[in-house]
Amino acid sequence: MNFCEVCAQKKGINDPAGFALAELLLGLGLTQDEVPVTELTCSACGFTQSQFKKTGRLGCGACYDLFIEELAPMLRNMHPCLVHVGKMPRRFAQEQKKQESTKLLQEQLQKAIAAEEYEKAAQLRDELRATQEREYTKTEFRKNIPLAKQKEFEYL
Amino acid sequence: MPVMSNANTAIVISSRVRFARNLKERPFPGVAKKPVLISVMEEIKTAILGLSEMEIAAVKKLEELTLLEKQILVERHLMSCEHAAKGAGSALVLNQPETLSVMINEEDHLRMQAILPGLQLQRVLAMMHAVDDQLEEKLDFAFHPTLGYLTACPTNVGTGMRASVMLHLPGLVISEQINKIINSVSKMGLAVRGLYGEGSDAKGNLFQISNQTTLGEKEEKILQRLSEVIDQILEHEQNARTVFLQQQSETLLDQVGRAYGILSQAHIMTTKEALNLLSLLKLGVDLHLFPEQDREVIDQLFVETQPAHLQRGAEQPKMSARERDALRATLIRGKLVEILTPLLPHSKS
Repeated sequence: MNFCEVCAQKKGINDPAGFALAELLLGLGLTQDEVPVTELTCSACGFTQSQFKKTGRLGCGACYDLFIEELAPMLRNMHPCLVHVGKMPRRFAQEQKKQESTKLLQEQLQKAIAAEEYEKAAQLRDELRATQEREYTKTEFRKNIPLAKQKEFEYL
Repeated sequence: MPVMSNANTAIVISSRVRFARNLKERPFPGVAKKPVLISVMEEIKTAILGLSEMEIAAVKKLEELTLLEKQILVERHLMSCEHAAKGAGSALVLNQPETLSVMINEEDHLRMQAILPGLQLQRVLAMMHAVDDQLEEKLDFAFHPTLGYLTACPTNVGTGMRASVMLHLPGLVISEQINKIINSVSKMGLAVRGLYGEGSDAKGNLFQISNQTTLGEKEEKILQRLSEVIDQILEHEQNARTVFLQQQSETLLDQVGRAYGILSQAHIMTTKEALNLLSLLKLGVDLHLFPEQDREVIDQLFVETQPAHLQRGAEQPKMSARERDALRATLIRGKLVEILTPLLPHSKS
């Protein structure tokens, strides 16, 4: 979208300092009267909403959650879908898998208790405990392995 | 006249995949203060130098590089212009065959790329996955459960992956079909750029095709989409060449012959003119108008005639554009006289 100086003025874009493309795309061009007194600022990196509007970039990972309302329409225009389906860090995938299986076991446990299937509930409770303990032991154990020996214990 | 040999490998110059990554809970480079940048750089550098792929590697801190060295790295596609403009707190790590380069603190903490000659997208992606897998054992990357890998610019969020292929498309340019192709490729979520990426012209009939979207599709799916389009472009380029050879062989011979004539006789030559004429010689080799052994010389000239490479060769720290143009012409004349043997019909008779 290109505006010459005359058209820009006709459209009410008078900012002598120029205007950022992101502002136009987002329809977020605020006039001076509308500038909020306090603006959203990332507590992690200090990046402000107006910096985001001007540059179209973010300051840190935490900014994504903070500015998500304004980001979502931008992302929708840029990408086919807003949910990541590709690769994820192995550590994150393992954690996610653990959380999912814990959640599933907990649900099954609640169902077993509600149905008064106490034998099955006890079995599920043990399974749940074992999963948590196993994870705990593995993590602790890994921490104590010297770096040079890490390869030998990769199977963990 | 034979149509052409090893068509796909001749048309596809190189395949490249880059991953953008950032460290968890650290400000992105555009916001980070110098001490943070330096600590991020050191942490990443240590992790990278531990990679098996980086056994023989060069580490260059940005403030230690001269302007000329930075320009050479940009011309070799190992550094971006944005990274070249950075100072202390940024670095480049490069392996010895120059197939893997990592820009530290460019727009993101890590911009790592694998590049191989010809059409080898699957292989470069595998290279990048292997590097990424090793690095994530040592570095904690910023990752969002819904949005994936977090990057400074939302255009890269998700996979953080940009896969691109450099194509030599003189057939489509000469037959004036290139704009039609660029328009349809753009509509398919892919970007077409010139030799030096964003904002550069298509000198030397060289075009970079890359994915534009990074969120909502798996890396392999993005690559497959790109590969399918590349296959179609290759087919169009080959058809354009075949038609040209069959229907306008005289015009084609004239263009290649003139390119050879100018390159072997000129005394002043700009980069743009050199690339455009060398492109025609390259087409000449593809169409067997020059012996296959001349391909290497032409490919080398594509790189050696770039301004910074030329200046380094001359061992002169400062040169005017005019001096470079004269030197470029001398270099090309020397190479063509020594090595190139045209098989153009007139020289056969």
